[in-house]
Amino acid sequence: MAFQINKNFYGDIPDDGSGATLPQTATETKNEWPLWEIFIRSKQGLDHKHVGSLHAADAAMAIENARDVYTRRMEGVSIWAVESKYVHASNPDDAESFYEPSEDKIYRHPTFYQLPDEVNHM
Amino acid sequence: MPVQDLEKIFQEKIDQEIKIEPRDWMPEAYRKTNIRQISQHAHSEVVGMLPEGNWISRAPSLKRKAILLAKVQDEGGHGLYLYSAAETLGMSRDEMISDLLSGKAKYSSIFNYPALTWADMGAVGWLVDGAAILNQVMLCRTSYGPYARAMVRICKEESFHQRQGFEALLVLSRGTDAQKAMCQESINRWWWPSLMMFGPKDSESTNSDQSMKWKIKRKTNDELRQQFVDMIAEQIKVLGMRLPDDQLKWNEERKHYDFGEINWDEFWNVVKGNGPCNKQRLDARKKAHDDGAWVRAAALAYAAKKINTKNEKAA
Repeated sequence: MAFQINKNFYGDIPDDGSGATLPQTATETKNEWPLWEIFIRSKQGLDHKHVGSLHAADAAMAIENARDVYTRRMEGVSIWAVESKYVHASNPDDAESFYEPSEDKIYRHPTFYQLPDEVNHM
Repeated sequence: MPVQDLEKIFQEKIDQEIKIEPRDWMPEAYRKTNIRQISQHAHSEVVGMLPEGNWISRAPSLKRKAILLAKVQDEGGHGLYLYSAAETLGMSRDEMISDLLSGKAKYSSIFNYPALTWADMGAVGWLVDGAAILNQVMLCRTSYGPYARAMVRICKEESFHQRQGFEALLVLSRGTDAQKAMCQESINRWWWPSLMMFGPKDSESTNSDQSMKWKIKRKTNDELRQQFVDMIAEQIKVLGMRLPDDQLKWNEERKHYDFGEINWDEFWNVVKGNGPCNKQRLDARKKAHDDGAWVRAAALAYAAKKINTKNEKAA
């Protein structure tokens, strides 16, 4: 199966031709602080969840900025910051073939099995 | 696949309420419209901090000062959420900021009006944020995923903005004669510009049709404006104040309030840069950007130095 892992320079920017045309980022962006993806655990026992992204010069600043913008109303007890360039993503153009193997295996779902009514709540 | 087929698939997804995500194929015009709209929206949040920031040091009590600080901080955050959403479409943050500072990109004209009295902090919260919220609630269901998610986050925070504004006016409306007069005078000045926030009439709006088809927008300018008038016309009764429009009247047949004609010459004038504060606002942004340049450079240099030191130790 031919699929490629795309490396994005920013979380989700189409950097390969999957968009209508390539984005025009002609402007000099050398001095821009790197971009970070922010994940927040809203309370103990739950997963960290992606909440958005921000620019920061380093990881410590990313976490402090994330606290200031994403947890002003007690939305979180823990923050992960991942520099966006390290996020790898599957290609939506390949979605059909990529996820196809899971479509015809209905026996993986509990509803596939017809049981007599006497067997309650299994 | 030919472009016509891609466009057909794209429109089918929109029709089925499937959100468009950054890496999905999209027509170039959809990308451009979203970049324009989202970045304008971001600029509006950022420039919107200026009229209120002006009153932080003049707030009448510590409580009001704390509230205003929190509100202005929220607006900075809203700008960030929106810039991030626009960046997913392939425009860099630097590019957006430079378009704002050069005057190429627009922001909501409402912020080109001055905040002259303390009552304006109430009127801005109640009327300006009130108008913005109607637009934002609609945009929570916009077809572009990152924009919709940013709006959900913003709406959660925004309702405090409108409530604190109304409450500030309520206190004035129950105060001395001078306070009541200040309250009414402020409403007089902000009412019409607030109505203009919804943009040109449907019959004259160039972006509406395609934006509705792509579900970037889900209500027209006129629908939202009517919704706003109906809401405010009721709420002002609680304040015991009046809206500066002699033609404002409940229409039993339409089940809506009728209202007078907006001064469209004024609207276009402010959009074109000739409002009372256009220059002042942009100058303030430019100054902040220029004065902050050394901080941005220093933070980058410090981050690079830390990495180098770490690498040297490892070697």
